[in-house]
Amino acid sequence: MIQTFTFYLFASVVIASGAFTILSRNPVHSVLWLILAFFNAAGLMVLIGAEFIAMLLVIVYVGAVAVLFLFVVMMLDIDFAELRAGFMKNLPLGIALAAVFLAELVFGIGAYQAGNIALGKGGLHPAREGASNIEAVGELLYTRYIFLFEGAGLVLLVAMVGAIVLTNRKRAGVKPQNIASQVRRRPQDAVRNTQPTVGEGVEL
Amino acid sequence: MIGIEHYLVVSSILFVMGVLGIFLNRKNVIIILMAIELILLAVNINLVAFSVFLGDMVGQVFAMFVLTVAAGEAAIGLAILVIYFRGRGSIAVDDINQMKG
Repeated sequence: MIQTFTFYLFASVVIASGAFTILSRNPVHSVLWLILAFFNAAGLMVLIGAEFIAMLLVIVYVGAVAVLFLFVVMMLDIDFAELRAGFMKNLPLGIALAAVFLAELVFGIGAYQAGNIALGKGGLHPAREGASNIEAVGELLYTRYIFLFEGAGLVLLVAMVGAIVLTNRKRAGVKPQNIASQVRRRPQDAVRNTQPTVGEGVEL
Repeated sequence: MIGIEHYLVVSSILFVMGVLGIFLNRKNVIIILMAIELILLAVNINLVAFSVFLGDMVGQVFAMFVLTVAAGEAAIGLAILVIYFRGRGSIAVDDINQMKG
């Protein structure tokens, strides 16, 4: 009973906030609705016992991606009203297309529900008996999928380097640190020993 | 009783909503990126639901990989958006035709 109620609560909120994400006039509101959608999707995943992915969703999406969106939306000075110009014009075609997609997906789910599709029960890698969700994920991730896991790390590294390279720019009027010239500097070139006589000073 | 079909319906509605968002906000790249995030979220719900209801952990591992790619994609997409805005002073997608592709 409580499971059913919780599911419908999370599901209705995730769908409503998804709708508000794409419909709201102000992109800042869109980002906030997106955060709500992520939170409720995480709730849906907790409900069926996939805590690891749920927590990952909260940490990665809400903590990093949504905040990144928020920063970009707030820092760019954009006339958002002008960007909405084609909204009403696209509405009928968009709704029609969405209806077609949804009908196809619901049709597929109905066909799946009708049965007679051979699905491997137990699966390739069932969770070990008595292991918690995060242990089960870790046992799979660090053994069989270790190279894919490292590949995922590489993807994140490339994304980070790419984002820095793309947004980094040379600005006139500033003197950034030049590490190469600092390392190249030798005492012989920079220091001079002199023996000045009294009262004459040093010629620089 | 909550079955896999419930989760599939939720994720398909969310997926379609993401597609609709791309259609409706054709000019605003930021909303388009958010709609892509919605689509990937729907895919993740689907993967996790099948993983749990079929008793196979691989789905959750792959949901994690989808999450990784989504994070990288958002970072690169927003970086491109920022440099585009710096150069043009606008982010309207309709104006992006310099390559005449």
